[in-house]
Amino acid sequence: MSKILIYPTNSLVLADLVDRFGHEPLTIPQEIRKKVTSVGLDSPPLNITPEDPKIGLKYAAVEVPSGVRGRMSLIGPLLERAEAAVVVSEPEATFGCMGCARTNELVNFLIRAKKIPTLELSYPTNDDDARDFVYKIAEFLQSSEVLKHE
Amino acid sequence: MSKNVKIAQLSCGTEYSGIQPEIEAAAKQVNAEMVFADVDYDDIARIEEDFGLEVASPDLKLLMARAKSIVDGKTDVDAVFVATCFRCAEAALARSEVRRYIYEKTSLPVISYSFTERTTSGTLLTRMEALTTMARRKSLLAREKQTGLTAGIDSGSTTTKCVIMKDNEVIGTGWVPTTKVLDSADEAFNIALESAGIKKSKLDALGTTGYGRFLIGDKLGADLMQEEVTVNSKGAVFLADKQKGDATVIDIGGMDNKAISVHNGIPGMFTLGGICAGASGRFLEITARRLGVEITKLGDLALKGNYKNIEMNSYCIVFGIQSLVNSLSTGAKPEDVAAAACYSVAEQVFEQQLQEVEVKEPVIMVGGSSLIAGLPKALEDLLHVEVHIPKYSQFIGAVGSALLVSGLVDTSKK
Repeated sequence: MSKILIYPTNSLVLADLVDRFGHEPLTIPQEIRKKVTSVGLDSPPLNITPEDPKIGLKYAAVEVPSGVRGRMSLIGPLLERAEAAVVVSEPEATFGCMGCARTNELVNFLIRAKKIPTLELSYPTNDDDARDFVYKIAEFLQSSEVLKHE
Repeated sequence: MSKNVKIAQLSCGTEYSGIQPEIEAAAKQVNAEMVFADVDYDDIARIEEDFGLEVASPDLKLLMARAKSIVDGKTDVDAVFVATCFRCAEAALARSEVRRYIYEKTSLPVISYSFTERTTSGTLLTRMEALTTMARRKSLLAREKQTGLTAGIDSGSTTTKCVIMKDNEVIGTGWVPTTKVLDSADEAFNIALESAGIKKSKLDALGTTGYGRFLIGDKLGADLMQEEVTVNSKGAVFLADKQKGDATVIDIGGMDNKAISVHNGIPGMFTLGGICAGASGRFLEITARRLGVEITKLGDLALKGNYKNIEMNSYCIVFGIQSLVNSLSTGAKPEDVAAAACYSVAEQVFEQQLQEVEVKEPVIMVGGSSLIAGLPKALEDLLHVEVHIPKYSQFIGAVGSALLVSGLVDTSKK
């Protein structure tokens, strides 16, 4: 089992695909879960405190907007653990979404800079592309470059 | 208990910056609640086409879709708060255009703010208070005449001001440096009463404003405790006799600056600066001290000088003053230094605040700094419009308070 970073990191479809092929998906809900300190109706991101963007300084300088650094405080630790990555560019928001284009740019750069096996895909817009999309992910997750981490 | 006000939040990044609880705490303090417009996925998908601004961040698309929902009347709110991350250029574009869109297409009061993770509920409180006042008290804000015998006290960070008004005229004034908030208020109040020749017991009502408004208001039993945006707007258009139509009010204070777009005497868009001391009256105080002149003489000195003769490398109150000191040590004329200081403050206000409001004539400058003649002159040079300084401009908050509180007296009598 390899640790696979998915991006968008809250994509249920990607997380499920990775899980089906026997790997561990690294997703943002895992990080958010650690921040849920009390039972309530507030959505989990409300548990982020002003201290979190400061933790994000490890990944982005102080002149980077606080919203990017707050997101990086969650995504950064996932990236550090990642052994491979599946990145989908320009997906529909319903597929998974980090809300912020600057965060997308930074995370995509950091994944490439880490030089781990990475599959970069465009979001499919028709049925044929969608099938091809799934085949490519399946092929990548069964490839030797991913399996060698097991 | 005042009416609960629904404030629509149009934002990007507040949750991931960890400041959403701060926004909600500030709203709660003024008996308001933040609400989020419901939008469909299709609304978000086509918002760039509908609104006309293309953005890469999905949360900004959501922000614009929520704005459209408000303009289309699908979401019922009393006011709008637009907030995005400080230093995000894309968000700054969206924030500015959405604020303008709400302002032009609705009658809702709207403010915008760029935040960092250091933004606290205290920072947001005055803004929320002004926003909810505009939503709650439109009839009071429409008041154009002062009636009866009322007083207003403005407890500022540098000075405390008081006026006594009777039948639409200022009949007494008091002005003292702020030391202990309550003592300074008492002193200014007593000076004003004495100059008006009346006793405190004869007053119909008292209004307070400024940083110490709650403390003083509670002690003196004030009938109205109101933030500075509202009272300064009212005071400015009253004193300048520009109550109808558009106006822009600029107040460069000791600790923060206000730039307010006013329509028929009611504030619309406004910004409150307060991060940089280099853009405040404090910068001019320090310059005056360094030049060895009274702050009251700095403006006249500046009018005789030319700011272009001084090289200033920074707006910062530390490094900017250092530039001025260096100039003096190389033989610069004090009048050029005074002019450069005034221009530096005006330029920073122009670049960082006046871009955020619609600057419409007449431009009315108020507050103590308006009497430092070099400052309004520098603003005139930057804006290319005439800057009006009304009589009693240094008492603007106190006049606005006395004017507004007289409306409450009338209401209670009815």
